[in-house]
Amino acid sequence: MNPGLFCILAVLLVASALSVILQPSPIRSALSLVVTLFLLAVTFLLLDAQLIAALQVIVYAGAIVVLFLFVIMLLNLQEEPRVMARFGTQCAAVLLGSLFLLALVRFAVAPLRPPASAATAGMAAAVPPGFGSVATLANLLFTHFLLAFEITSVLLLVAIVGAVVLAKRRLV
Amino acid sequence: MNVAPISWFLILGAVLFTIGTIGVLVRRNVIVIFLSIELMLNAVNLVFVSFARQLHSMDGQVVVFFVMTVAAAEAAVGLAIILSVFRNRETVNVDELNLLRW
Amino acid sequence: MWIVIGIAAVKTLVVIAMVMGLAGTLGWIERKGSAYIQDRVGANRASVFGIAAAGLVNTIMADPLKFLTKEDVIPTGVDRLLHTLAPCVSLFPVLVAFAAIPFGDVLQVGGRDINLQAVSLNVGILFILAMLSLGVYGIVLGGWASNNRFSLLGGIRGSAQMISYEIGMGLSLVAMVMTFGTLDLQEMVRAQGHLIGGVLPAWGIIYQPLAFLIFLTAGIAESKRAPFDLPEAESELVAGYFTEYSGVKYLMYFMSDFIEIAVVAALVTTLFFGGWQIPYLLRDGFHFPWGTVALLPQAVVAVLQIVAFLLKVVFFCWVQVLIRWTLPRLRYDQLMAFGWKGLLPISLVNVLATAVVVLLLQASA
Repeated sequence: MNPGLFCILAVLLVASALSVILQPSPIRSALSLVVTLFLLAVTFLLLDAQLIAALQVIVYAGAIVVLFLFVIMLLNLQEEPRVMARFGTQCAAVLLGSLFLLALVRFAVAPLRPPASAATAGMAAAVPPGFGSVATLANLLFTHFLLAFEITSVLLLVAIVGAVVLAKRRLV
Repeated sequence: MNVAPISWFLILGAVLFTIGTIGVLVRRNVIVIFLSIELMLNAVNLVFVSFARQLHSMDGQVVVFFVMTVAAAEAAVGLAIILSVFRNRETVNVDELNLLRW
Repeated sequence: MWIVIGIAAVKTLVVIAMVMGLAGTLGWIERKGSAYIQDRVGANRASVFGIAAAGLVNTIMADPLKFLTKEDVIPTGVDRLLHTLAPCVSLFPVLVAFAAIPFGDVLQVGGRDINLQAVSLNVGILFILAMLSLGVYGIVLGGWASNNRFSLLGGIRGSAQMISYEIGMGLSLVAMVMTFGTLDLQEMVRAQGHLIGGVLPAWGIIYQPLAFLIFLTAGIAESKRAPFDLPEAESELVAGYFTEYSGVKYLMYFMSDFIEIAVVAALVTTLFFGGWQIPYLLRDGFHFPWGTVALLPQAVVAVLQIVAFLLKVVFFCWVQVLIRWTLPRLRYDQLMAFGWKGLLPISLVNVLATAVVVLLLQASA
């Protein structure tokens, strides 16, 4: 991906992510999350992951966040007076977060920074034909990852049953 | 260099993950905490897709597929729990949901 | 490179012009068609120099002008950003969904084959599904941002209905993907140009009649048209989720309603009725099965195909208008029961049956 394009997307992504955690109103947080998911879908498209980008919009932005919005609307959550934790907790959280980020970058990202030519080798090289397409992903899903696929379908069934049971009004 | 190297994507993923973590720690509304968790999951998805692109292997994208599915299941059950809690306690502020504290 | 960008820009403008033209025509069809069904005359008062053009002046010139010049009323206590954003978010997905729909075969100009589709996506069906999923946001935000109990109720009902019928739609699309073996809409339309037994054009409806019915029903429910229009029920919830909108914002909601009808009609045409295909018309002319061959210049063939596409889309828009003004409204619980307990099992059975048939045909081939 073009570095200039990446920088634009990165700035927008960080801005919308900050908007998610900083907005006082829950609906605006949810909408900022939709913007973030959209931008991530664009990033996935530019990383040759077409099916994943489409699924990101259909599943995440089109279903999961709609579910969030539903619950916010059902509970009629407006802006609250006390949105964030005490100032002390905020400072501690930001400090710990920055330490965590530094640790991630130092210990996880830095070792993966080989000499400049090799760092971009994989990214610059063209992908094999059919990379990121539905057929390739489906092939892998039904051969190598078959067990995970079947277990995930059972997991979804469990989640459906659980959600229905938990959200049901008790018929007294 | 005419492509963005993978370390840039990893740093972006780490930054998004940290923003999500701070959101979980700082916000008091349960739903916004959930949204921050979804943000963390998406940061992980970005890292997986970047690695899939770097190593030319589709396994990363398959893992993203499963992460999305699990996130959907978790969001459904979590929101159902929040609904039941709200019906009983009339609040979604985590500071007030403290019945099990010692 | 500039030629490529220029061609893409021209195609986009053509698609936008087509969409706006369809929305305007559809508004006129709705008013006049409903009037004739109800044995009255319909809108014919507005006229320019005495020419009323059977209501066209009224619907296409007077009504938009009226909406554009009305005062924009924003109720107190609403979130102003969301109130303004909601109609835009409602309009965006339905406009963009048209980008993936092919309106013709190739146009051979100057040694270059121009694919008559605004954006050539190899995951076209997924793109359409994504855009239809995003359509829920306009309703959710419109209902929430109105600071009005009835709007909120209409918004919740509307979004619940839309996400329920998305599933039936998606599953009928899965059956079509299995039948044609591709997600690309242009490839699907091209595959419908084959002839079964040398005589019958292989249109989607012959392979998947049940999927056609499911898709049409789910599509009408998605665009919240009668008989599924309880979220905007005019006699029950004032106007549902767009009660508090006036002027340009109401026009945007109205237009997104009509453009969604056009999108559903275009999808039905593309998937089930051959899209831009005219039976026996190939790229160089007519090749009838009984031997007659009528060669035509390629530009004429392209124009014929575009006209055929538009006629089919207008026909299915008319079918939706007909259904709206004929059937009574479903009650909300009947609507949800129909979606979950009716369409979903039927579409699952359809997918299963299609899978079995496809596998048997592959095994025997």
